[in-house]
Amino acid sequence: MQDAPLIIYADKCTGCSLCLKVCPFAALTLEPRANFDLPESRFKNIAVVNEACTACGACVEACKFEAMAIREIERTGGDDLTAYKGVWAFAEQRDGEIQDVVYELLSKGRELADKLQTELAAVLFGSHMKEKAAELTHWGADKVYLVDDPALAEYSTDNYSSTMADLIEKYKPEVVLAGATSIGRAFIPRVAIKAKTGLTADCTSLEIDDEQKMLLQTRPAFGGNIMATIICPNHRPQMATVRHKVLKKASPDASRSGEVIEEAPTLTQARTKIIEVLHEMGNTVNLAEADIIVSGGRGLGGPENFKMLEELAKELGAAVGASRAAVDADWIPAYHQVGQTGKTVCPKLYIACGISGAIQHLAGMSSSDTIIAINKDPDAPIFDIADIGIVGDIFEIVPMITKCLRDR
Amino acid sequence: MHVVVCIKQVPDTGDVKINPETNTLIREGVESIINPFDENALEAALVLKETSGATVTVMTMGPPQAESALRECMARGADDVILLSDRAFAGSDTWATSYALAQGIRTLEQKPDIILFGKQAIDGDTAQVGPGVAEFLDLPVITYVRKLEVEGETVQVERVFEDGYEKMEAPMPVVLTILKEMNVPRMASLRGRMKAKKAEIKTWTAEHIKADPKEIGLQGSPTKVVRIFTPPKKTGGVRIDGSHPLEAARALVEKLKEQKVV
Repeated sequence: MQDAPLIIYADKCTGCSLCLKVCPFAALTLEPRANFDLPESRFKNIAVVNEACTACGACVEACKFEAMAIREIERTGGDDLTAYKGVWAFAEQRDGEIQDVVYELLSKGRELADKLQTELAAVLFGSHMKEKAAELTHWGADKVYLVDDPALAEYSTDNYSSTMADLIEKYKPEVVLAGATSIGRAFIPRVAIKAKTGLTADCTSLEIDDEQKMLLQTRPAFGGNIMATIICPNHRPQMATVRHKVLKKASPDASRSGEVIEEAPTLTQARTKIIEVLHEMGNTVNLAEADIIVSGGRGLGGPENFKMLEELAKELGAAVGASRAAVDADWIPAYHQVGQTGKTVCPKLYIACGISGAIQHLAGMSSSDTIIAINKDPDAPIFDIADIGIVGDIFEIVPMITKCLRDR
Repeated sequence: MHVVVCIKQVPDTGDVKINPETNTLIREGVESIINPFDENALEAALVLKETSGATVTVMTMGPPQAESALRECMARGADDVILLSDRAFAGSDTWATSYALAQGIRTLEQKPDIILFGKQAIDGDTAQVGPGVAEFLDLPVITYVRKLEVEGETVQVERVFEDGYEKMEAPMPVVLTILKEMNVPRMASLRGRMKAKKAEIKTWTAEHIKADPKEIGLQGSPTKVVRIFTPPKKTGGVRIDGSHPLEAARALVEKLKEQKVV
């Protein structure tokens, strides 16, 4: 197929269909050779690639006949890679408070910058943030680019993305990291388009490759069924977002200091307007921030039984989560939902009560540090990823755990 | 009012399984579905059709097989559906996909007032294409919308963030990404199915949407996948017999104390 990113050698393909089975994107089909202008062959069919191909190479690896290869295309219009230096971490603030994910990004950023033998900078937008800016150097930043302006006190996709894009244009960092928060995920994609560069969402691992010093960005796809490592070979900066709690944060060092460089914002006429902000959920359901989550699923049998989980959660200072089954049954509001169509969480402790562990649920919580599963079905998939599994009746066991914790 | 909904046909990730021997993804027998969040976006558009007389156009980029997803949208009530399909699009990352969809939207005869996306697609989970298209079209974007009302030339929405929501306002044209909480997608009617079955699906090529060949497909994609692998399985889990609830609870709390979790 001309121009397709995947080359299939007609003389080698046997039509064995192995590649169809491994393709994560259903980009391969078998078609009769007779449909194409091909030389005679003893094989009836040939693999054909369609537009869904992402050139991931899974088929190339699987093919036993060396019938496939990824087309090496010459990518034009790339950036002068040597002109880009330094690692940036976007220092997200809300109501003037630096978000926790920022310290995690700075800790990782420090590691990456050391490996690249370059500087780490924090980029902070806000109003009256000078003091907070200086503190960021304690977390490893050599420099802080501060854009202090009343117009940036509140998040605005337009102002944030134009200001960030202009700073990138001016200082040319080679790596830009941001939290995969509701703010980061909204404006960073616009920045990547403006900067004509790649952006990888929700990375779970960031490394520098030894040879080419490129950022290896690893992230889950297909609901956590597969992991993909992604690079941005010809464009800079290499941009990635990372979820809160995925990276470990180092300890601050108050003896560290660095330079705070003030920059002017690029203000466009902000087109969206915030009329009212409502913090309705409080800490009890702020799943993304919670260190401990007690979660309930179909096994709870009804809305009234979430009370039992709330009691355990109260004892642990935990947030209450739920599986899709419990939310779909209207037992608990949707913002409690953990899983692929709900929230992705990575607390220190996740207690799954009466949750069987459908893959979509696992996708949202499997990176938790410690997972406890309580379920009456010993074959429930949740036990496959649990550190501690209790096979039994949640209605008997959960209240006992609450009691034991109370008595401790 | 013209509402454009961008959808993606995705494998039902709930059906995707891993072959334990080869450690590869088993795609056989996995159904292709409309990305669930895009169904909520479509539903939001269809509600606007009923309440404000909006015209609803659905657009997708994908292989010819994506036609079936577009027919489903039409069966539910979309007025027009467009498939962006060209081998030259293959290998597009979110940058190149955003560009192609933006070019497709530019090609529409009737300019859109509202462009809707699901909050993210369940195969990639990037949530980048909606804001990306907004950037290419130089339009405002509001992500994670759970409530939408149109008032005159503006939209009034509720945008959800980590521990609450914001009431926001934006002038049209505007790009919005839609949450599941917004609505319950309808089923197609029998009459809708009949109509959709016979409908001709417009297929637009890269040339038709005047896409710069350097900006689409692999060549237009700044990112490159270098490795795909299955995540390592967790091992070393312990089991506690729960037939004696108090003992089980004690054992658990002990273990948690040991690990300094509580």
